[in-house]
This record gives sequence, structure tokens and C-alpha cells, in this order.
Amino acid sequence: MAAHLSSGRVNLTALREAGRRELREFLDKCAGTKAIVWDEYLTGPFGLIAQYSLLKEHEVEKMFTLKPGRLPPADVKNIIFFVRPKLELMDIITDNVLREDRGRAPQRDFHILFVPRRSLLCEQWLKEQGVLGSFIHREQYSLDLIPFDGDLLSMESESAFKECYLESDQTSLYHAAKGLMTLQALYGTIPQIFGKGDCARHVANMMIRMKREFPGSQNSIFPVFDTLLLLDRNVDLLTPLATQLTYEGLIDEIYGIQNTYVKLPPEKFAPKKQGEGGKDLPTEPKKLQLNSAEELYAEIRDKNFNAVGSVLSKKAKIISAAFEERHHAKTVGEIKQFVSQLPHMQAARSSLANHTSIAELIKDITTSEDFFDNLTVEQEFMSGIDTDKVNNYIEDCIAQKHPLIKILRLVCLQSVCNSGLKQKVLDHYKREILQTYGYEHILTLNNLEKAGLLKPQTGGRNNYPTIRKTLRLWMDDVNEQNPNDISYVYSGYAPLSVRLAQLLARPGWRSIEEVLKMLPGPHFEERQQLPTGLQKKRQHGENRVTLVFFLGGVTYAEIAALRFLSQMEDGGTEYVIATTKLINGTTWIKSLMEKLEPAPF
Amino acid sequence: MSRARADEEEYWHSSKFRAFTFDDEDDELSQLKESKRAVNSLRDIVDDDDDDLERVSWSGEPVGSISWSIKETASGSTSSLEGRDSSLQKGSSSYAAFPKQVSSYSLSSLFKGRNKLPSFQSLTDALTDTGVKNYAPELRRPKAEYKDYTSDWSPKDTVRRMQRGKVCSLERFRSLQDKLVLLDEAVAGHDGNVITAVLIFLKRTLRREILFRELEVRQVALCHLIHFLKETGEQKFLLDLLRFLDRTEEVALSQYREHLNIQDVEKRREFLKGCIGLPFSAEDTSHIQDHYTLLERQIIIEANDRHLEMAGQSEIFRKYPRKASILNMPLVTTLFYSCFYHYTEAEGTFSSPTNLKKTFKIPDKQYVLTALAARAKLRAWNDVDALLTTKNWLGYTKKKAPIGFHRVVEILQRNNAPVQVLQEYVRLVEDVENRLNLATKYKCHDVVIETYRDLKDRIQLTAYKCKVERGSADEEKINSILNN
Repeated sequence: MAAHLSSGRVNLTALREAGRRELREFLDKCAGTKAIVWDEYLTGPFGLIAQYSLLKEHEVEKMFTLKPGRLPPADVKNIIFFVRPKLELMDIITDNVLREDRGRAPQRDFHILFVPRRSLLCEQWLKEQGVLGSFIHREQYSLDLIPFDGDLLSMESESAFKECYLESDQTSLYHAAKGLMTLQALYGTIPQIFGKGDCARHVANMMIRMKREFPGSQNSIFPVFDTLLLLDRNVDLLTPLATQLTYEGLIDEIYGIQNTYVKLPPEKFAPKKQGEGGKDLPTEPKKLQLNSAEELYAEIRDKNFNAVGSVLSKKAKIISAAFEERHHAKTVGEIKQFVSQLPHMQAARSSLANHTSIAELIKDITTSEDFFDNLTVEQEFMSGIDTDKVNNYIEDCIAQKHPLIKILRLVCLQSVCNSGLKQKVLDHYKREILQTYGYEHILTLNNLEKAGLLKPQTGGRNNYPTIRKTLRLWMDDVNEQNPNDISYVYSGYAPLSVRLAQLLARPGWRSIEEVLKMLPGPHFEERQQLPTGLQKKRQHGENRVTLVFFLGGVTYAEIAALRFLSQMEDGGTEYVIATTKLINGTTWIKSLMEKLEPAPF
Repeated sequence: MSRARADEEEYWHSSKFRAFTFDDEDDELSQLKESKRAVNSLRDIVDDDDDDLERVSWSGEPVGSISWSIKETASGSTSSLEGRDSSLQKGSSSYAAFPKQVSSYSLSSLFKGRNKLPSFQSLTDALTDTGVKNYAPELRRPKAEYKDYTSDWSPKDTVRRMQRGKVCSLERFRSLQDKLVLLDEAVAGHDGNVITAVLIFLKRTLRREILFRELEVRQVALCHLIHFLKETGEQKFLLDLLRFLDRTEEVALSQYREHLNIQDVEKRREFLKGCIGLPFSAEDTSHIQDHYTLLERQIIIEANDRHLEMAGQSEIFRKYPRKASILNMPLVTTLFYSCFYHYTEAEGTFSSPTNLKKTFKIPDKQYVLTALAARAKLRAWNDVDALLTTKNWLGYTKKKAPIGFHRVVEILQRNNAPVQVLQEYVRLVEDVENRLNLATKYKCHDVVIETYRDLKDRIQLTAYKCKVERGSADEEKINSILNN
């Protein structure tokens, strides 16, 4: 289950193991049989740390999802709530506890495990409802950084961006700093810290402060990471708004990847059995796990989608050839060898079948007229064409009532690529959106404005062209098949965030001081002293390892671009990526939208 | 809060006296103890862990995943499971083909310096002696909750303890200055949980004016309080605070947001009416006004139409029963509705499309688009014709489409308009290439033929002959053109 975590330059299995141990400890604290009541959101992230077998070993006999009403009967000694510290969840727990039959014998003990942090606010809330005393253990499980893959960590904190930039609530930054301290405890002090943006500055400050306050944290582990780069999402608001064009990016854009799993329409995955002729088409979505444990997926996920087809067909030929081998196997030894390879070949074949189906599904969409039109407009904006007037395609989409999020993505993209829209253009879009989708969306528009995604141009200056040219964000001669630049991930646009990482490694940020000043927030460098014995003597030709931490979210396309840089022959740097949340334009905008439906409870 | 109490706080505020002293030595001592305890307890766990390692073999299949197991273990109990989201149960059968992977070491092996993978060499080496001690305190949670209300923690220590999840009594911080030092310490720690906890304490023990005044110069704390008030729904307190800060636009928006919680439409309308006077930006004010006017209209239209529908007298409602109420729908949807059910009404009625257009200053483009879609849906081709016809002052008529005729064609086609209707508008598409494309796509032979004739393109015209029916009028037409 976790072998893929150790495949990268940094072995992330240790982090997972630390998480598992902490979980076991808590479970053992509640002696006796137990049932866990899950905040549904948490099951995904927890699944990356542990499986049911681990819980079972520690006497977890039943598991339920958290919902109002009476708890299901279960003959266990302990009921443990695994929840995020959210008030609406506290209300459900209160309801559960109050409805518990006090007459039942034996009585069940209640406990709460807050993830990732205990919340005094929540406990206060429970106290006001008069149920706080019902809980024997109230603890926290600091699931700060969850290993997603050999080079990828995420906090899966959905609202981090919103909290940081709309509500000025820096709690998620505190968790980020905590997570980084844990990482340093496991992988050594990171000698160099670079950063860009206000949040980056905060995190660095907190790390330095935490280190000062824990004198014992001066550890003697050989540093695995050479550099930490902290990047604010609001330094690069543009990238997530554009449609990702890598294979993994498109799967996420279209179907949404959650905690490495994707749910796909089942039609293309129908088992082809002869004689049944498609009578029983499966109706439930097909669920697949996507990570580097699958060889084929590791190879194609970061490619531009236009380069995926040829790889798949090549693989198909190789596999059929391998199966053909059986006809040539004559001797017992040869047959034995063939048979021994069968499981691997079968796995490869089913993997290939899955990805061919997914690629077909995606192709249906990428070849549609609307996808093309949308992409054309995005690329026009990003290359600086007609960003200062009302766009026809956007107007048409509003008139045809395309999903609001799509409209918002495009309008925000235009705004960012023009350093803000002319007041007249902005007012026009606003009016059209409110009239078509409802006036209450004025709240959402306001949020976007606050976050800097949608704003009037101030001072009549548009900095974007300068930034674009200096950082070479738009490349006309992009090679999708055999890329030579990160711009292949968006078929022309090189993600600003990754360009900053690239330029930091070589030739250094001093060369782009002017542009850095145009981007929001300070840029800085800090050094953390290492004891003399731990200073690294680099072997000749050995790559540096840089941890890039995206505060506020990162897209799969950006991850792909960093992996591309890691693999460059003369790159000299390998990257490990951490983030508060894996995002795409849709999930990101959604997190900023005002919730318009009243809460279901 | 009593007058005397405020005076007391004035005193604390002005004097240099500090109620609590920082005692770093003690602090370090306690931390050391704690880390020692942690290390000791670690040994037990490490031993336990080892057994674990022998027993457990990790399957690589999602069958064992947590979300899958919720269903599995819960299925034993019968009640209240029907409503469960089925999404939790998927994916049990998909992965059988992949090789199983076995976790080869646990963290315990690190502590004991047993490296089972070569890539871990350096890390394990480093951990064998001093590493354990140093690294333990950071990773570990406090072993137990200390409920020591008695000991005198400085503000700094209090905050630090709270950050580590321990329960601390804040009641001892009685002077304003102490409270503010506590708040500043909490803010410096960036832990929103602690900041909020301190704010709850301050909110309970300080007079509003004092709290507001002090928060004004502490922006981070202020943001946390605002967020907290929103979360807990203390609307009145929140509005007082925002008013004090003169953040009028925010007051307005925050108040306006409340309408979402009002289900009763009459009450919602009344509430929106009250919002009109709020200090929004000029642009937003007009939107809020429109929102109110729209709901007011919708209530009138809804009452009227429900009555009409129930009475069964009106043909249009009999033929096309309404699928949903028009209440709380967006403006454009309302316009569509009114073009559908109330197209011919005089401008004086609230439900007439022209009245809506005027009241809300709906742009021509938007209006034509919506009306066209509604009338085409009813297959009222005459209305479509009239909608796109304009008269100049001499009485000449002319076809005009602010949205472009290609869009008109698109909409009509989507509503299965007959070729005769369609081709009239295809003919008006200005761009020749576009016109040819549309005409060919929708088999408007007349238009194709005429266009090729005008282009004098014999080759294309000849080629097109095979696309029309043999012996039809279209074929004759082509022949006669070719012969001329």
C-alpha cells in the first residue's frame, strides 16, 4: 500500500509511519471495543495513512458516518468521534450524544478526536450545549502533512486559501509550520529557506520561532532537504485558473481526484464477456486509485494529453507481443518462465485497459467545440490579447447559462492577465452575472474581489505584460511530445509559480528583482545553522533537493512542471512538493463562493 | 462591568506592575521533564510496535480501506443505514490485478537503528543515539492533559501551553494590560485556535467599547473575532463591531447575507426592502434595489399564475404546466418565464416582458436572446419573425438581430424549427463561409444554391447536385442556373 512513498528521493514512508503510530496510541487509550463515527471528509485523508486492518487490530469493531439522530446500536464500550473542528459538526455530535439511551446497559463511553487540532471554540460550543462532560478523552490528531506520493505531501485543508486571504485567519499557516517542524524532525533541519509572499513570511517566522522555543529540536539528523521554498498562492493567482492540459490535470479538471482516487462513469469500463452483449451495464461509478505505484500511470500522468495516446498505443503493442510469446514457449522451462511473468503482464494489461478508457473519456471532451473555444480564450488572455475589453465568448457563455464557476474562472483569468479590469468592463460582467445567475451572487463576487482575483484596475497600469515577458510565461514554440520547457503543461503557458522555483535554482532570484517587486508580498531568504558535523559534503553530480511548499494550494499541472524540472538531465535540483490542498480552478473558486443553500441540518 | 472594575483596569494599564513573571528556567525544566517522559514512554511503544510488525501484512487493495470498511462493519446493524451516501461503498472490486505490497519497516525500526532499506542508512545512523532524545519532544503530543489551574503561568507560557493543547485557566488575567499582553502573545503565535480562545475570554470579560478600541489596533485579532462571530452567528455583535470600525460596506453586505436564512418569501421581501438603504457601494446599491424589486414582482406573478393554473381556464398553463415556482429565480429566468407565459400582455402589467425589460434595463441583446428562446420553444414562429423585424420611419421593414443571425439559427435549430423557417435566417447570416456551413449542415438547399450562384462557383454547385433529391425542385433549380 505504501511502497510508492519510498520510490522518490526522500523516503516519505517514515512520515506515514509516524502518523500510524500516533493513531494506534490514541486508540489504545480508549480501552475495550470501539466504534468510530467518522466526519465523512476525513475518511479520504485517513485512508492514505491507515487501512481498516490497523483499526481492527485495536478493537475497532464498527464504523459509522456522522449524521444527526440516534447512533446506530453497536455493542461496544467506546464511541469515538473522528471530526474536523467545525461547529456544524459539533451540533451533530451533540444531537448524537443527547439521544443516546441512558438506560442502556452497559453504557457506552464517548470520546472525540479532533483532526488536525483540538479547538477550544468547539469545546466551548459543546459546553454550551451541556454535553462536554460526556466525553472522556478529547484529543487531537495532528494530521498536518499527509503523504500522497513519493514526492507529494498535502494537508488537504480545503479552506486554507479562503482563511488566509479572505478571513485573515492564519491557523492553516500555523499547521503548515507545525508540519514543517515534523518534517525537519524526521528529515533534518533544512539549511536554506526562501520565500515569496506574506503567508510565506509568516510561516518562516513561525518556524524560526518554534525552533527557538524548542531548544531540544536542534536535531542531529543529516539534512535530506537542501532548500525550502515557500510560495504564496496569491503570488500566482493566474495558474490555477487556466485549464490544466496534462493527463493527470485533465482527469482532475473533468472528474475530480480526491485523495488519489477518481470516480469515473462506468460505461467504458464494462467487462467484456462474450454472450452477455452488454446486458448488465454497471451503474455505479468506477473508482480507481491514481499514484506512482502504477507503473504506467507514473509514466504518463505528467505528459501533455496530446502525447498520451502514442505512449498508450506503444504499450499496447509491447503487451500483445509479450502475450504472443506463449506460442514460442516450447520447453517446460520456457513455459514456466512465461507463467511466472503472467501476473505482472496481467496487471499491466488491466492498467493499460483502464487508462485507454480514461483517455477516451477525456478525448471526447477535449475534442468538443466548447472545450476548444474555452481554451482559445484562455490562451488569448494569457498571451495578452484583448484582455481589456468585454469578451464575446464569455458573454455568450453567460447568455447560454453555462455553469457559473466556468464564467468566474474566465472572468478572473481575464482580470489577472490585465492587472485588474477597467471599471466599465468589470461592471458589465458583474451585471450580466447577477442578472443571469441571481443577485445573491454579489456576495461571491465580493469575495473574489477581496481575494484579488477580480478587481478594478488601479492606477491604469497593467504589469502583466512585463511579468510575462521577463519570466517568459508565454512560449509560442511549445513542444507537447518532447517538451524542453515547463510551458508544455498548459500548451504554451509556463506556470508562474514553477518559473519562480526554476529561476531560484538557476541563476537565482537576484536576476529578477524587478519582477519580484511587482508580485505581491515580500521575498526573503533565511538560513538555519547546522552543527558542523551535519554540513553536507555534496558528491560530485549529486542533485540538490528542494521542498516547494505552496501555501493556498497547488495544481497537478504545476506538480507535473516541477517533476519535469526534477528529471531534466542538467537540472541539478530535485523537487518534493507540499501544499495546503491539491486544487484546480473549479475547486478553488468553489471554496471562495458564498454558500447559498442553508445548511442541511 | 462595574465602574470600579474599569478603574481597576485603568490602574493595571497605567502602572508598570506586572502580575506575573516569566520564568524561563522553570519552563525549560518542565520541557525537559516532558521530553524525558516522552522518550520513556516511547520505549514501551517501540516494543509493542515490533510485535505489530510481525503480525500485520498490508494488503494493497482498497477492499481494506477505511471508507470501504465503514459499510462493511456497519452492515451488521440494521437501523438508519438506508440514507447512507452510497459513495462510501465503491471500489471494492477494481484492483485485484495489482501486486500486493508489504510495508517493510515501521518507525520503530528507525528508533532502534535497524535499517531495513539501504536508502535509509543515513537517517537511521543519525537516530541511533542522541537522535531519539532530541527528536521525540517535537513529534509527540502531550501525554496527558494538565489541569493545573493553580500554577502561575505567564501570558507567554499560557499561550504556549494552549498551543500544545493543554487546558489553561485564563481567569487569572484580570487587568486590561495582562489581557492585552495575553492577546498579543496569542497573535504572535499565529495559532487561530488559541487566538480565538483568548478572544472569547476577552469578549466575556471586557466592555464592548474597550474591546473594540483595542482590537482596532490589532488587525489580526480583529479578523479572528469577525470570523468567529460569523461562524457562531452572533450577527448583532458583529454589526456593532463593524459599525464601530466604520466598515460600512461590510456591514451592509453582512446584513444582506442574512436574507439567505429567511425562507418565507414575504419576510424575505420585507428584509430586502430594509437592505436598500444600507451603505453599499453605488454599483451594488442598484443591484440590491433590483433584487428587491424582482422578488416583489415574482410574488405578484406567482400568486396570479398559481391561481390561473388552478382554475384551468388559461390554455397556456393547461398545455404547459409550470415545473416550478418562479419565486427566487434569477432575473433572466424570470424574463424567460414571462416571455413563455405572458408574452402578449400589455406593458402595463407586472408580468409582461416589456415591463421587465424596462424596469431592469435589460440590454437588447439579452432580451432578444431570451425572448427568442422562449418563443422558439413554443414554436411560435410568427413571434420570432416579429421579434427580429424592425420598421424604420418610412415604414420599410428590415430584419435585425443584435445577437447575430448565426445565433438565431442555432437557437431555432435547437428547438427543431422547420427548414422553411430556418432558411429564412440562415440566408441573413452575413459571413458567406459561415452561411454556407450552416445552410449545408441544416439542409437549407435554397440558400446553398443561391450562395453558390452569387459566388459564380460552378464547380461547387455541380458537386452539390448529388446532395439534393433526384427530380426535386432543388435539382431543377441547380440545372437551370448551370444552363444559363
